[in-house]
Amino acid sequence: MKRVIITVVGKDAVGIIAKVCTYLAQNQVNILDISQTIVGGYFNMMMVTDPAKSTKETGEIADELDAMGKSMGLSIRVMGEDIFNAMHRI
Amino acid sequence: MINILEATETVKMITQENLDVRTITMGISLLDCITSDLAQLNENIYSKITTCAKDLVKVGNEIEREYGIPVVNKRISVTPIGLVGASACRTPEDFVSIAQTLDRAAKEVGVNFLGGFSAVVSKGMTPAEENLIRAIPRALASTDFVCSSVNVGSTKTGIDMDAIRLLGEIILETARLTKEQDSLGCAKLVVFCNAPDDNPFMAGAFHGVTEGDTVINVGVSGPGVVKTALESVRGENFEVLCETIKKTAFKVTRVGQLVAQEASRRLGVPFGIIDLSLAPTPAIGDSVADILCEIGLEYAGAPGTTAALALLNDQVKKGGVMASSYVGGLSGAFIPVSEDQGMIDAVEAGALHLEKLEAMTCVCSVGLDMIAIPGDTKASSISGIIADEMAIGMVNQKTTAVRLIPVIGKGVGESVEFGGLLGHAPIMPVNRFSCEDFIRRQGRIPAPIHSFKN
Repeated sequence: MKRVIITVVGKDAVGIIAKVCTYLAQNQVNILDISQTIVGGYFNMMMVTDPAKSTKETGEIADELDAMGKSMGLSIRVMGEDIFNAMHRI
Repeated sequence: MINILEATETVKMITQENLDVRTITMGISLLDCITSDLAQLNENIYSKITTCAKDLVKVGNEIEREYGIPVVNKRISVTPIGLVGASACRTPEDFVSIAQTLDRAAKEVGVNFLGGFSAVVSKGMTPAEENLIRAIPRALASTDFVCSSVNVGSTKTGIDMDAIRLLGEIILETARLTKEQDSLGCAKLVVFCNAPDDNPFMAGAFHGVTEGDTVINVGVSGPGVVKTALESVRGENFEVLCETIKKTAFKVTRVGQLVAQEASRRLGVPFGIIDLSLAPTPAIGDSVADILCEIGLEYAGAPGTTAALALLNDQVKKGGVMASSYVGGLSGAFIPVSEDQGMIDAVEAGALHLEKLEAMTCVCSVGLDMIAIPGDTKASSISGIIADEMAIGMVNQKTTAVRLIPVIGKGVGESVEFGGLLGHAPIMPVNRFSCEDFIRRQGRIPAPIHSFKN
């Protein structure tokens, strides 16, 4: 299973999680874990997801979430989990 | 599992600190293309490159999208054409036709540079290799993506001064033939001592004869990431400074290792090496000179610069080596002038001169790189600068290189704009005293002694 990590950073507002989760549900991306924190008024969220059942490719999901993020003034990045493991785990 | 702080750190490196995979370079051996018929040779070369590298750009783009890490360049390096064309090429013009074939192949597969219009003449030139060198000006002026390099010396063989004398003239001729574009042709020509066989970075990449048929080499980069990490340890002692650079280099290199393995698997081509370099770009925040400033210098070039660079270069290697299963290429901090905004600022402020750059090349990963000099510089002076730089490499058992751009029609005080990754450069003064009698001597400088190290 190739897991994908989605990070969301930006100014806190009502409904950020709801909007991202709705998009993921519509696209059959399963959420395995969510952590979230607010630092200095900035919203930080990380989701570990499994897109195996999604009909869309990771790159396409990345583009759509990026566009959605921009419309809400957020930065949303979709990246394969391997890159984080490579960087932070020996 | 990865925690939110680690995830945020990685994302910040990419989005704010210019972390990227600078190049995935596919090395392709052209030895099996050799034939004595020039037309056939050109056809063989075109067909081998366009077959082996047909998916290179596609795979690079896929990896970029799936992992969210920019893979800036996809490139190709080939066997030095001085060998490949030896039996078919009788004149420099014949070699120019091969350069044009390489350019066509590069355009067909969509890469942005192809290196290997090269000759390895560290002890002497064959007639074919001399023809190739004489073909360089026309080859670079009549192609867009072909890069050329000539290895004129090594620690084991000494320095071929005949080749250096010739290259002084060739560099000027290349500048003249591309003067409409501010002598841009010279940005695609590097002269080496101790050139590695597996360097993925342009313009000096070629696929050495020690390599297999095809190979994937990856160059990573992240000067901005190192700079940002050092901002958090301002004023700390050298131990903390060095540990911070090492840890950062480790993280950056691990990304390169992942991308290299993935590219290798998807393309079905063996993984060669990671080149763990700090390669700057003209983008703000992507500068090696800025790291030197963060270490404590007002400008690159101030007293202490060589020591700071030595420290930086060594820590980058120490951190990166453990992060990759195979390290090779040039590996270290690059100090090009035009491609690094901090270096440009240092030159414009009067802090950095050619002589100090030469000292810096004793401890950096390559050499005098992307330096614009006056267009009326004499060929013998260019040869003299090359000879100095080659001597540093030969004696210190390291790779050194020279990529000078004599800008035709311009002098000190003016500047040139190359655009894109090549950046812009103020024209730097060259020592005006002559070395003509030295360069006129024929033959080669003997290899240095390998004992009595003092």
